Amino acid sequence: MTITVLTDAQIIDPSRGIDEIGSVIIKDGIIEAAGAGAHNQGIPEGAEIIDCRDKLVIPGLVDTRVHVGEPGSEHRETIASASRAAAAGGVTSFVMMPDTTPAIDDVALVEFVLKTARDSAVVRVYPAAALTKALAGEEMTEIGLLSAAGAVVFTDGRRTLANTAVIRRALTYARDFGALIACETQDKHLAAQGVMNAGLFASWLGLSGIPREAEIIPLERDLRLAALTRGRYHATSISVPESSDAIAAAKARGLDVSAGISINHLTLNENDIGEYRTFFKLSPPLRTEEDRRAMVEAVRDGTIDIISSAHDPQDVDTKRLPFSDAENGAIGLETLFAAALRLHHSGDVPLPRLIDALSTSPAKRYGLDAGTLKVGARADLAIVDLYEPFVFSKDRIVSTSKNTPFEDARFQGRVLQTFVAGATVFRAD
Amino acid sequence: MSFPHRHLLGIKGLNEADVHYLLDRSDAAVALSRQREKKKASLRGLTQINLFFEASTRTQASFELAGKRLGADVMNMSVGNSSVKKGETLVDTAMTLNAMRPDILIVRHSSAGAAALLSQKVGCSVVNAGDGAHEHPTQALLDALTIRRAKGKVGRLIVAICGDVLHSRVARSNIVLLNLLGARVRVIGPSTLMPSGIGDMGVEVYTSMKEGLKDADVVMMLRLQRERMSGAFVPSVREYFRFYGLDAEKLAYAKEDALVMHPGPMNRGVEIASEIADGPQSVIEQQVEMGVAVRMAVMETLLTGEEARP
Repeated sequence: MTITVLTDAQIIDPSRGIDEIGSVIIKDGIIEAAGAGAHNQGIPEGAEIIDCRDKLVIPGLVDTRVHVGEPGSEHRETIASASRAAAAGGVTSFVMMPDTTPAIDDVALVEFVLKTARDSAVVRVYPAAALTKALAGEEMTEIGLLSAAGAVVFTDGRRTLANTAVIRRALTYARDFGALIACETQDKHLAAQGVMNAGLFASWLGLSGIPREAEIIPLERDLRLAALTRGRYHATSISVPESSDAIAAAKARGLDVSAGISINHLTLNENDIGEYRTFFKLSPPLRTEEDRRAMVEAVRDGTIDIISSAHDPQDVDTKRLPFSDAENGAIGLETLFAAALRLHHSGDVPLPRLIDALSTSPAKRYGLDAGTLKVGARADLAIVDLYEPFVFSKDRIVSTSKNTPFEDARFQGRVLQTFVAGATVFRAD
Repeated sequence: MSFPHRHLLGIKGLNEADVHYLLDRSDAAVALSRQREKKKASLRGLTQINLFFEASTRTQASFELAGKRLGADVMNMSVGNSSVKKGETLVDTAMTLNAMRPDILIVRHSSAGAAALLSQKVGCSVVNAGDGAHEHPTQALLDALTIRRAKGKVGRLIVAICGDVLHSRVARSNIVLLNLLGARVRVIGPSTLMPSGIGDMGVEVYTSMKEGLKDADVVMMLRLQRERMSGAFVPSVREYFRFYGLDAEKLAYAKEDALVMHPGPMNRGVEIASEIADGPQSVIEQQVEMGVAVRMAVMETLLTGEEARP
């Protein structure tokens, strides 16, 4: 029997609405108690005691949008290397996107992901399955069988579904299994050859722009279909306030819909692209500062439920190119929490809401046994110093790929120790 | 007076003094090019590589001649877009060429930012000879030189840039440069061929040639790519010519002594009528002559700094 006790910590557990000074008792990988009254019965004998005075203890983060290179592009990132990057960022569970090579559209591939994760990952890995076979956008995958195998969500990953009949049927069919459908919303015709936010900045750079309507139109379309089918729908990555308005209106009508946003769109804007810096080439594209501020507000008021890292490892072969030829995407597992803390330090989003959007809310929406410190839960948690400053230099990147938009960024607040099922999977040096 | 830049990647980043410095040196290069003996030795022993990922006979010839008149050893590398599509090869090709120790690379590529990317990877000076829809700085300089020599100044002139501004690097470089020199810049064209935010780019925007050309001192036509003429951006050639092609009737709205310019190659009967292109107000051939001079001045400035004025 192993017992670990974290004492005198500030404990934030959004699943129980707790923000108080107290202790966390972990027994054999399970939370035995967490809160102000945790050791009313005294500290058990033989326990390992970790003094968490002036530190924060939170449920481990749950990242619902993580691209990994395995299978198919292991040189970019394996499930194992992504899990180490996650642990370094306080992320104890992540949902792995299905757009790999081959795509995760079959029970055997879901089992491959789960087995590889069991053998090599230090955090919990939950597979997402493709919504359509080979991500072709035409035929539904075996939603029932894939769910039974362990797929937690159905999505075509980076691709936006174009065929409205397919979306309608998938939402309807998935409802019978209680399955969640998660979608990107980017109209490829309207986005045309666009590579960044449409506007003056793109015009001066001579880059073709992606108008905000390319995101809003398919989102509004999907929300209509969610209303028609009463299906469970999640918009994975919105970037403009018109989208969060549409989500708010749909929620007000009682639809079972939710929205996510990447941390990049809450902390960066199109000006960061500067002179064609391809690490800032993302999908959806980084928008204006005004948009960013509006999205932060939508996180604060809960319209946007979930913050993800949108971790997307890319190598020099896909990033060291002229801007319009480079791939989209940035890594983010390690910097997710540190970047999110900027919103706390700036006073824009209260800490409990931030932890909720990073942990409790995604776990609830995706039906994962995570995101909580309640009694009996698996002890996935992180100890955090809210104020320690650090510079995210390239040589400390754990991910196999180095395409971070936060290279040499200054952060305040870092993850000191990460636990999965009570075992330490990361400790800051 | 000196020129504090190692590369010429765009007009953005230059100031007014830089531009006048280059134009003054270009005047000297024009004088040299009009002599019987056109050759100097200022770049003797130096190697110039023209790296063209996008075919362009005239720009490449202009840079080649400019380098040869200055005594440089010039090598042309035309990398057709069919064989080398991805920019991965752009960087790799550049690294390979860099290992051959050139002194200056002249780069044309279909992607915006390609010249800037190259300049970070090689150890020599880089001149942007056109990168996607971003910039074409030597074109803007030769246009300014043509105007300055014909009109005696650029400041306070009304310059109308007409046509496909959206896809045009020539337009972007010219908008920046003409503003720098104090000209009043107008753009005229159908709204489908205007970039987003054009109204904030330091220009007055017109959709009618009649209004836009009124009192113009310079009419600068842009080339319309063939694939954009038939429905994608404008419905047809004949409709485009009817509303935006420069003919005698439309040119009459401009000042009587207005200059007619075109960066070439022209689509006669699409953006410009033959009688205008070959007419008395056209300075299109002078532009070509100024092109060689400007490129001589730019390369000499980047490679030799102060000395070697004739």
